[in-house]
Amino acid sequence: MTEGGNARKEVSAEDVRHVARLARLRLSEEEVGAYRERLSAIVGYVDRLRGLDLSGADAMGEQPVGVGDLGADAPGPTLSPGTLTAMAPDSYEDFVRVPRVMDGGGGGA
Amino acid sequence: MTLALSDARSIVHAVHTQEASAREVTGKALRAMGTVEPRLRAFLCAFEAEALRAADLVDARVEAGERPALAGVPVAIKDNICLGPDLMKVGDGRGYGGATTAGSRILRGYRSPFTATAAQRLIDAGAIVLGKTNLDEFGMGSSTEHSAFGVTRNPWDTSRVPGGSSGGSAAAVAAGVCPISLGSDTGGSIRQPAAHCGVVGLKPTYGRVSRLGLVAYASSLDQVGPIAANVADAALCLRVIAGHDAGDATSAREPVPDYEESLRGACDGLVIGVPGQARSSANDPELTDAFEASLHVLRGLGAEVVSVDMPMLDHAIAAYYVLAPAEASSNLARYDGVRYGQRAGLSAGEGLRDLYERSRSEGFGDEVKRRIMLGTYALSGGYYDHYYATATRVRGLLRDAFGRALATCGVIATPATPGPAFPIGGKTADPLAMYLEDVYTVGVNLAGLPAVSVPMGMARRDAKPLPLGLQLIGAPFQEASLLRVAAMFERARGPLGHGPEVRAT
Repeated sequence: MTEGGNARKEVSAEDVRHVARLARLRLSEEEVGAYRERLSAIVGYVDRLRGLDLSGADAMGEQPVGVGDLGADAPGPTLSPGTLTAMAPDSYEDFVRVPRVMDGGGGGA
Repeated sequence: MTLALSDARSIVHAVHTQEASAREVTGKALRAMGTVEPRLRAFLCAFEAEALRAADLVDARVEAGERPALAGVPVAIKDNICLGPDLMKVGDGRGYGGATTAGSRILRGYRSPFTATAAQRLIDAGAIVLGKTNLDEFGMGSSTEHSAFGVTRNPWDTSRVPGGSSGGSAAAVAAGVCPISLGSDTGGSIRQPAAHCGVVGLKPTYGRVSRLGLVAYASSLDQVGPIAANVADAALCLRVIAGHDAGDATSAREPVPDYEESLRGACDGLVIGVPGQARSSANDPELTDAFEASLHVLRGLGAEVVSVDMPMLDHAIAAYYVLAPAEASSNLARYDGVRYGQRAGLSAGEGLRDLYERSRSEGFGDEVKRRIMLGTYALSGGYYDHYYATATRVRGLLRDAFGRALATCGVIATPATPGPAFPIGGKTADPLAMYLEDVYTVGVNLAGLPAVSVPMGMARRDAKPLPLGLQLIGAPFQEASLLRVAAMFERARGPLGHGPEVRAT
């Protein structure tokens, strides 16, 4: 570790596999080991926030500075179907083509 | 023509007075790019024919009596800032082509259908885009080593990194290819490479510059800003790109002052706050000396230097590496191999989930995957309160602490980085060591403040001089006073050595 001897928190291989599944990433077993190692070090470092006295803090940190200028809730110009399908890796007429989802297509979510 | 490519204002003056044409300046900049590029690899693509055509259009505007603010100024644009295909009628109507990769395999071949507001404002003001610059993939990194398209080298020592993530933009300016480039800064990605390359880098207040057309990394932290050869050119660029944009709900309606005009003035009565962390014993010793010498220069300009106590700053990196990856994991969910970008080739029997997983796993690099994993972990069931909610509270306390310090001090000063540029490969094996590069910069993003990095001195490694940056932090929307202090410091400090080893003449 680089600074200050932080407590390491162990992220398990099961955690890594679970998170990868949530993140739609496919990892080899070798990668699971590598991510486990690196994530443990990083999570151990950010765990230092745990012991802080956060009294008096609201969660306003989520609000960026000087924001609150929402536009009218009205339709505006959008990109044409032709522009959008031209960007897609695979398309048919005005549609984006994907692998079969139903009937043995491997499932969506 | 003896026009220097390191001074945007004299280029503008020469083009306005028709002492030089935009075409001549552009030709010179393209030749400069050709000279240094084989050794630096700062650019991912070059727009040679397009730039010359664009220059002709600027010359025609000048001929017609227009005086565009950046007439004929060559610029480089970080490749996470979109340039659309129909940007202008250049290159047989194909514009700049639209290619935008964000340094990622997953966007190889992608063509942006529209142009980022900040880039459009530069072009409308007569700037000539030379090319798109290299970056850490999606802006995630501090060395430009995490690009899918190769490493950019530091013009001062090509065995070292230029910093990152806007490493290509900083290297291009440092090497004298162009006086101004655009970068983006989520945790230090403008200021840190500017410091490592010996140029000026400004991260504006969150909301000062539109983010429309910036490839999102962490939306509550991302901000577009200039990297420039000098403070006055950074001010000139900011005046052009700043201001409200209906296309970005977080862009502010604050008026845009004449930043160049505000460079004049004095530092008398200015109080400069220095947090204890700025003098960390972990800093490089030559950097420590350069920082103290800089404070001495500022005192000589009439400023009073005081200590400020900001214990919350110790936790900025930890909070940042929860919040930024959390936002990234959400923002990068859009790269699913369905609507745009790279799609993995599937085998028989593979379905939609395979398409998502394989496209993302093949398309994203290691550091991006690591941050997506980290962010997903921090947001996952059972951990949200522990990590994300805690980090947002730390962020709020940090913003309060900056607010209190900036109520008594006009400016807060720290080094921009803990040391000079490090060797290529020096920190890639240890992500945390790389993250700690940003120890002085991430707090500014968490608090949404403006900050500028300006060269303050030199360290020596292997008998080569390496630049060091002074970071000046200001109150929200006080870029004008920040730039004034930076300009006075730049003038009082004087020139730094004889420039980088790779530099166009």
